[in-house]
Amino acid sequence: MNRFPRAVAAEFAKLTTTRMWWILALVLFGYITLLAGGLGALFGGLQSGAIDPSSGGAGGGQGGPPIDNLPPLIYSFAASVGYVFPVLLGALATTGEFRHQTLTPTFLANPKRGGVLGAKTVTLFVAGAVFGVVGLAASLGIGALVMSAFGVDPLLGDSETWALVGRLILAMALWGTIGVGLGVLVPSQVASIVIVLAFTQFVEPLLRFASMFTEATAGMGKFLPGAASDALVGASFFTLTSPTGSTLDWWQGGLVLLAYAIVATIGGYFVSWKRDVT
Amino acid sequence: MPTGAVIEFTNITKTFGHVNAVNDLSFTVEPGRVTGFLGPNGAGKTTTLRMLLGLVAPTSGTATFGGIRYRDLPQPLSTVGAALEAASFHPGRTARNHLGIYAIAAGLPAERVTDVLRKVGLADYADRRVGGYSLGMRQRLGLAYAMIGDPGVLVLDEPINGLDPKGIKWIRGFLRDMAAEGRTVLVSSHLLSEVQQSVDEVVIIAKGSLAHRGTLASLDTDTAPQVIVDGPDRDALSDALTAAGVTFSIGRTGLLAAEPDPARIGHIAFSAGVEISVLHRQKSGLEDSFLALVGGGDSL
Repeated sequence: MNRFPRAVAAEFAKLTTTRMWWILALVLFGYITLLAGGLGALFGGLQSGAIDPSSGGAGGGQGGPPIDNLPPLIYSFAASVGYVFPVLLGALATTGEFRHQTLTPTFLANPKRGGVLGAKTVTLFVAGAVFGVVGLAASLGIGALVMSAFGVDPLLGDSETWALVGRLILAMALWGTIGVGLGVLVPSQVASIVIVLAFTQFVEPLLRFASMFTEATAGMGKFLPGAASDALVGASFFTLTSPTGSTLDWWQGGLVLLAYAIVATIGGYFVSWKRDVT
Repeated sequence: MPTGAVIEFTNITKTFGHVNAVNDLSFTVEPGRVTGFLGPNGAGKTTTLRMLLGLVAPTSGTATFGGIRYRDLPQPLSTVGAALEAASFHPGRTARNHLGIYAIAAGLPAERVTDVLRKVGLADYADRRVGGYSLGMRQRLGLAYAMIGDPGVLVLDEPINGLDPKGIKWIRGFLRDMAAEGRTVLVSSHLLSEVQQSVDEVVIIAKGSLAHRGTLASLDTDTAPQVIVDGPDRDALSDALTAAGVTFSIGRTGLLAAEPDPARIGHIAFSAGVEISVLHRQKSGLEDSFLALVGGGDSL
């Protein structure tokens, strides 16, 4: 076997020999199950009339918003909410090398540092895709079950649904590689985690919301990573609540995400990866 | 049997900001012997070893194994084994998995992991998470990593730190065996006494520069050897020495005679009929020359 395939195999072994990956996968599954199941039941119930809108306080007795095409929105939760998990996995896997000083044995076994970083990127791309499947098991698996229970067609025979599944897995895979990029850019594990959580849960949603108010900023807002990801997946609750917000085409969204990953990883290579290991 | 390569440092220099951590260092390390790389803490030992292994980029100069830089070695782990610090592990990973990862990366067969774990005495703990290991066990795991490719060259940074007396005895035998098999063994330490029993050659650095290079015995030459002698009747002993023309000073543990040969002192006392209770050569000539070379005992 050549050096690069061996490096990829070693990175896979690193990822699977600690508990982190399945703990994160488990939390991802639980979280998305709750969201997709809960909201699937709520909107499914409203749509099918099983829940009487006038009895609830929400919407001031106006009734729920008319949602056509509910299933893709429920399914997209796996990425629109779950994307933080592959980023975290990538960032933890990368910053852990600095934190536990495992860069030393890593670079002794394979002194081609660029190759090691490339192998890590490939590995986290696949791991992100696996997280995409885990997220879909919750959003599509549980979501479809709940919606059918309320008589909403889960559109499982629709080819558009399966195209969304494919794009969602690609988006999650790209998020895994963005995590690697962030990890080399900010090798401090604590700082990396804080940035992931603060940016994905607070800063970006706020920026996306704020950018919608003028046309010029809306043009920029669609290039934010979360917005690009939603564009790639093709549906999200966030875009639903901002019908005026312009979005990218799915393939443009994918390219924007890829650009984030490449820029962060190459930047991080120079910031930390090729530096002295002391 | 793997054969050792010659390690060669040529004018290697490392500057951190304005500080010269390592300054124009040149020396070679030969196979078949154990070479002690000595100096006080902060002398630049670790930085020098990390430059040798391609982990730290030298400001200038080169370090090679048989003329090849570490990063250009086709099979690095099968050429050079290195143990640098006792903490390069993910605490949540088992020893077997830890070594397995690097065996995969280096394209080594999985049996090597079991072999080296047995070799360093960790076979019974192989499937425990490293987080629960003692410092001594971590040192052994570090050595297992160094041995995984059965390399001809071993580079070990302070391998004796944190070992218990049994472990120290074990590693001394281990180093001797490795050199006897024809491997190149370079071992750093800040204490000469720690490696004195295992090394053939010494390279001593102080403040980033070469202070001494030679055999272990070469350290012994500069100090004038003395003999300590004592007896129940010190006055009679003093008279006998004076009569024989041996100069001496009176120390806490006896008379310190300026005479290299204990047999001659013993003969003087015997001829004068003076009973003696202590007669031996003054020890620690090596440690004294070591401390003199590295600029006093400021690291201790």
